[in-house]
Amino acid sequence: MSPPDRPADGAFPEDPDAPPFAEPWEAQAFALTLQLYEAGHFTWREWADTLAAVLKEADAQNPSDDGRDYYRHWLTALERLSAAKQMADPGDVAARKQAWKTAYESTPHGGPVSLK
Amino acid sequence: MSKDHDHDHHSHAIPSDPALRVQALETVLVEKGLVDPGALDVFVDYYQNEVGPRNGARVVARAWSDPDYRAWLFDDASAAITDMGYAGRQGEDMVALENTAQVHNMVVCTLCSCYPWPVLGLPPVWYKSAPYRSRAVIEPRAVLAEFGLELPDDTEVRVWDSTAELRYLVVPMRPVGSDGWSAEQLADLITRDSMIGTGLARDPGAPQESSQT
Repeated sequence: MSPPDRPADGAFPEDPDAPPFAEPWEAQAFALTLQLYEAGHFTWREWADTLAAVLKEADAQNPSDDGRDYYRHWLTALERLSAAKQMADPGDVAARKQAWKTAYESTPHGGPVSLK
Repeated sequence: MSKDHDHDHHSHAIPSDPALRVQALETVLVEKGLVDPGALDVFVDYYQNEVGPRNGARVVARAWSDPDYRAWLFDDASAAITDMGYAGRQGEDMVALENTAQVHNMVVCTLCSCYPWPVLGLPPVWYKSAPYRSRAVIEPRAVLAEFGLELPDDTEVRVWDSTAELRYLVVPMRPVGSDGWSAEQLADLITRDSMIGTGLARDPGAPQESSQT
């Protein structure tokens, strides 16, 4: 079906007009990072080093990572740097995650979801 | 970590795991006063709508049209690009790379995804893929071939690895047949990939798909 000289997954060429963020949470993670950086909570070097470390681990697990999981790795890096800089304790974040999950589960469809 | 799912179809759809993680992180950061939730959309809007490869295309078009600007761009890219009004994060220390018949430059960030945001916007998905980041350095010609770019054997391919401190803008060769074109017309020929080095500028004789004005 596909030409043999192209990667089967069509990894490289793509629509140049594709939006930069595939899902809203990707933009949210990106914006959180920039706002923390702008406020001086870490240097760009620290951010790049953290992201590079996460990507290295991800590449080892999945050498054919096509880039679509990029913001998931970005988020992992942000969680890691937030913990290292004592901005957000991982235990607090995990508790809030569970609280949000419970809030979604217990809120009737169509109602506003909020933390108790 | 458990992977069990609750199947309660009467409640809200549960957001994806990363969506919950980022929401939880934001909640903690807002509670600690480190983040202003109202300001987050400003960043997203800026990078989604305000910056993109059109900025870089205008830089390259000016370099094609104005020999003095071209010399300045290759001498001090940061200053020459700032002169066009394009500045900001990930654009502080820029280097412009000149593609010629003898040398073809292409850019990668092997470690993460450093990319010149002010001139190209946010990177395409493939730029962030593991195969591009690893293979661009090892077998650049094979990678270029997958982009449909076959270079003459006697053209040297140089691969530049971006860093958190240094970022690159490739200035593609001006295509034959664009003599006398205005800078705006020329900018229509300059694709994002041609400024990363994984493509060439468009052929002026080819029909235009772009509706950019």
